Amino acid sequence: MLRIARATYDAIVAHARQDHPDEACGVVAGPEGTDRPERVVPMLNAARSPTFYEFDSTDLLALYRELDDRDEWAVVVYHSHTATEAYPSRTDVGYASGPAADPRTHYVLVSTRHHGPETGLSGDEVEFRSYRIVDGEVSEEEVEIVETHLFGHSPTTVVYD
Amino acid sequence: MAIEVRIPTILRTHTGGNKTVEGSGDTLAALIDDLDSKHSGLKNRLVTEEGKLHRFVNVYVNDEDVRFTGALDTQVKDGDSVTILPAVAGGC
Repeated sequence: MLRIARATYDAIVAHARQDHPDEACGVVAGPEGTDRPERVVPMLNAARSPTFYEFDSTDLLALYRELDDRDEWAVVVYHSHTATEAYPSRTDVGYASGPAADPRTHYVLVSTRHHGPETGLSGDEVEFRSYRIVDGEVSEEEVEIVETHLFGHSPTTVVYD
Repeated sequence: MAIEVRIPTILRTHTGGNKTVEGSGDTLAALIDDLDSKHSGLKNRLVTEEGKLHRFVNVYVNDEDVRFTGALDTQVKDGDSVTILPAVAGGC
């Protein structure tokens, strides 16, 4: 199960809406070894594409150095699909099953295919789903959204680069 | 002096939990062979059966992605810092 604060959830959805029709991507960092996604770090999609996303290799190195300095790791890796459902593609599964990818990562998929003006009316929906991907096997997990004030610490920081 | 190598979380199962290990060699390939002699199984995770660097793994020598500097033939020397990371990408 992925347990995530409302503010963190909202930040991911907002990022996906903003970058539509290109795919948006990023991580949610948390204390290393824990399952607590606390700090949203939106990343640039180096592919700038509606069908592909990629962390730029220099950005990736900078990100991991920063995480390392803060004793954090990527609890969540998220990206959006802009024309298809929020389910991992073959390419997603390939990368997530790579030999250096940590199987403890939560992969969040957001789909903006039905998003629209943020009127709150029906027909404007952003799907938000979470998966574990281990050795090519995808298993969906429950997402529990926790209202931020219940987390008992300062609200999630959103760092835009 | 040696070459410091930063290991991603999941591969620390090969290094007794250590975040960084040390190795030696003139090229990245030689360094990986040296690491594998001390941390068995590491090479299999980084290098394919065809002898190429795994495409889902990024390796950096200091700040340079080795994809642009000769991959496994990249020259390394004492005092260098090598970082191994999972590539992060995908698509619909």
